[in-house]
Amino acid sequence: MTMMERTLKEVQEEIVDDFSMYDEWLDKYEYLIELGKNLASYPEEKKTDDRLIKGCQSRVWLDWSMEEGRLYFSADSDAIITKGIISLLISVYSGRTPEEIAADDFSFLGRIGLKENLSPTRANGLVSMIQTIHTAAESNL
Amino acid sequence: MNVEELRKLFPALSETVYGKPLVYLDNAATIQRPASVIEKWVDMTERHNANLHRAVHKIAADATEEYESTRDAVRAFLNAESREEIVFTSGATASINLVAFCFGEAFVKPGDEIIVTEAEHHSNIVPWQMMCSRKGAVLKVLPVDDEGHLRIDLLDSLLTDRTRLMCVAQISNVLGIINPVKEIVNICHSKGCAVLVDGAQGVVHTGADVADLGCDFYAFSGHKVYAAPGTGVLYGRKELLDAMPPYMGGGEMIASVSFSGTTYAPLPGKFEAGTQNIAGTPTLKPALELAEALKDKELTEYIDRVRDFVLNALLADDRIKLYGVPRGTSDKIALFSFAVKGAHHEDMALLLDKMGIAVRSGQMCAEPLMDRFGVTGMLRASFAPYNTMEEAERFLQSLDRAITMLV
Repeated sequence: MTMMERTLKEVQEEIVDDFSMYDEWLDKYEYLIELGKNLASYPEEKKTDDRLIKGCQSRVWLDWSMEEGRLYFSADSDAIITKGIISLLISVYSGRTPEEIAADDFSFLGRIGLKENLSPTRANGLVSMIQTIHTAAESNL
Repeated sequence: MNVEELRKLFPALSETVYGKPLVYLDNAATIQRPASVIEKWVDMTERHNANLHRAVHKIAADATEEYESTRDAVRAFLNAESREEIVFTSGATASINLVAFCFGEAFVKPGDEIIVTEAEHHSNIVPWQMMCSRKGAVLKVLPVDDEGHLRIDLLDSLLTDRTRLMCVAQISNVLGIINPVKEIVNICHSKGCAVLVDGAQGVVHTGADVADLGCDFYAFSGHKVYAAPGTGVLYGRKELLDAMPPYMGGGEMIASVSFSGTTYAPLPGKFEAGTQNIAGTPTLKPALELAEALKDKELTEYIDRVRDFVLNALLADDRIKLYGVPRGTSDKIALFSFAVKGAHHEDMALLLDKMGIAVRSGQMCAEPLMDRFGVTGMLRASFAPYNTMEEAERFLQSLDRAITMLV
């Protein structure tokens, strides 16, 4: 770990700040769509049923690996706004230690209004994604 | 009546979402309710709340009168022969399950066959799968063509002397195509096969004349035709209903009960076990009165204009693939399921929602049909008679904006 690395909380605050610039929901979506389009590509062979997240209207695959004490996440979806949300989650949680992730309450998503403003099916998918990330952390403590 | 006068009857239509006027285009899922229905619902709860048929007191008599006169109104609306053929249920799903169980018990033997179509709602598929596995029967499927029309030409070859029942939607909840039910009934009856019609979408758009259709069963939900949710109707031909055993046991469905044996009530009580939807079912009366009034020429012409306007715009847009393309002007309602090339249906629905447009996205309870067209879901805009041309324009503009954001 370098001295310059930002903490998990700092990254979350930055995202909350980014979203606070937008008053209109359509602008927030435009931002998420941009993030989604720029999400790192995910290998086709990892689009397997055991990596498929339940509870989404769109399909979401989430994969993780443990390297030198840190958890790395990659994910993909067939829907672009979901990919934008995935991008946010990866920027916050990928490359963190299981301890950091397990200690986090994921409340920053509520602060940018994502949980409330997404359709119930989408919110369910988001909750499932969070659970998968949390479970990965717990099982690697 | 014109569309502006009609809109005034619906409190929900003046709602705003995210500061924008609501354009409600999810009418095929559930339609909004007029004040007359809401008032009846409240009135039944405030002033006539008593259990039906049993007590001698005044409000029980009033409640029973409301409930039973609703049966007469439904009989008249459906043009059924007798009120004994009208069974109240909790919705089309319950009506179909009732037939699947009771018709199955009475008439279906191992090796017999049931036919459904590829375009059915899950509620007109799963009950038959359950019945077939219970009775050792075989489920056959009548396919649709690439444009969403039933392959009626194949029906004759599917029917055998073991086919007991054909189950078909009057109008597909995904394709919006009005199926040739009369023709299907004629073909099936000529081979001794009964026909159940799922009227969930049909009842509100084309109405339902069971004598004219000639069907043996007709099922619909109240909430799709302006009435309270949790209400529904099963029409069944009397001789069939008489020959079928009861569905659920309990209060009201009995003639006499003893431990040495119980006898059942005559129709329609035989199929109405337990306390009924006392407040909800009577709302079918004002709801069907409205449905009848909407057959007004000025309104139906307006609805057709809105349908043609949206249909032509969607067909002309090469970014859009429409499922359920009509052959003529009279075989499609203003219900449009489509895919946008390069955009996921869920993204589209989320963006449209934020623009104040309520549409449906996903599989629409018709997974086999999604598989048939090789998609994971579709976007669906379903119009009601109260949707205006201005709303249709706003929908198309918003659709264009959403596509531009995504593609």
